[in-house]
Amino acid sequence: MNKPALWIAAGAIAVYLAFASFEEPDRPALKPEGERQSSPDFALKDVSGATVKLSDFRGKVVLLNFWASWCAPCREEIPWFTGFEQEYKDRGFTVLSVAFDERGWTTVTPYAQRAKINYPVLLGGEDLMTLYGGVDALPVTFLIDRNGRIARMHVGAAGKSTYRQEILDLLKAES
Amino acid sequence: MRIIAALLFFPSAFGQSAAVLSLAGAPPPVQAKIGAAVDAKLPLQLRPGYHVQSNTPTDKYLIPLRLTWNPGPLEPMAVTYPKPQMEKYAFSEMPQSVFSGNFDLITKFKVPPNAIAGPTAITGKLRYQACNDNMCLPPKTMDVSLQVDIAR
Repeated sequence: MNKPALWIAAGAIAVYLAFASFEEPDRPALKPEGERQSSPDFALKDVSGATVKLSDFRGKVVLLNFWASWCAPCREEIPWFTGFEQEYKDRGFTVLSVAFDERGWTTVTPYAQRAKINYPVLLGGEDLMTLYGGVDALPVTFLIDRNGRIARMHVGAAGKSTYRQEILDLLKAES
Repeated sequence: MRIIAALLFFPSAFGQSAAVLSLAGAPPPVQAKIGAAVDAKLPLQLRPGYHVQSNTPTDKYLIPLRLTWNPGPLEPMAVTYPKPQMEKYAFSEMPQSVFSGNFDLITKFKVPPNAIAGPTAITGKLRYQACNDNMCLPPKTMDVSLQVDIAR
């Protein structure tokens, strides 16, 4: 193989590896602080009718989860998130979830009760999906640092250990 | 402005919003006879890697595949769905009742005695909810139609 061909092959491998690691959904990989974008603020109602804003949680590490009761992979993650809420809430962590069920609270409330969700559940719509970059499938989960910046976006279900590691890294970095 | 900024900052969660379930070619025209029953086939295809919940999902919160017909020249009597596949995915502890690949839905229609002979069409809606092995698309409703030729 001649020299230019070797360089091209090496370049192709480097690009492949870069994208392979970027695309790997189940690997802890927080963005460096300097590269994080602010999470767009929103205000939504919870089941009691109270307005909850994302910015209310500034100062905490937030796991923001977009889900729906009809989404089987979303449902598999919920027990993990209730566990994280229980385990890390005293260290400045919270889960905040936004459900995208067409029938609204009629469906979400009984499902949340059945799943014993122990963190705030809000009801979202298309505006919020657009605000967060055109989310059109679920689950989507954001890890948000104490300064309200997005440290990681997971599209689709990720692994429990990946979430846990990222939560711990954010708590450790900013405690 | 905030929305534009968000669109710039966040990659779209999915570039896969185009329909994952579609007709597998044009459905064959229905050759119907006044006063008789006739079976009509709706051939469907799913994008590789995706599945839809079957007509009998394993949980009340999951959205079943459902074919319904609008009032028209033929009277729908029953829709026959294929036998669901029980599949276990990476995300699920329990198997899911799903359809994947290519499959047909068969509707038995009755042609009323007062039907008018000649070419016509029937229209309906197919409701479905699709997922791949780690994410789900929102439920969708697809318009469907069949060409019908009614003979005496």
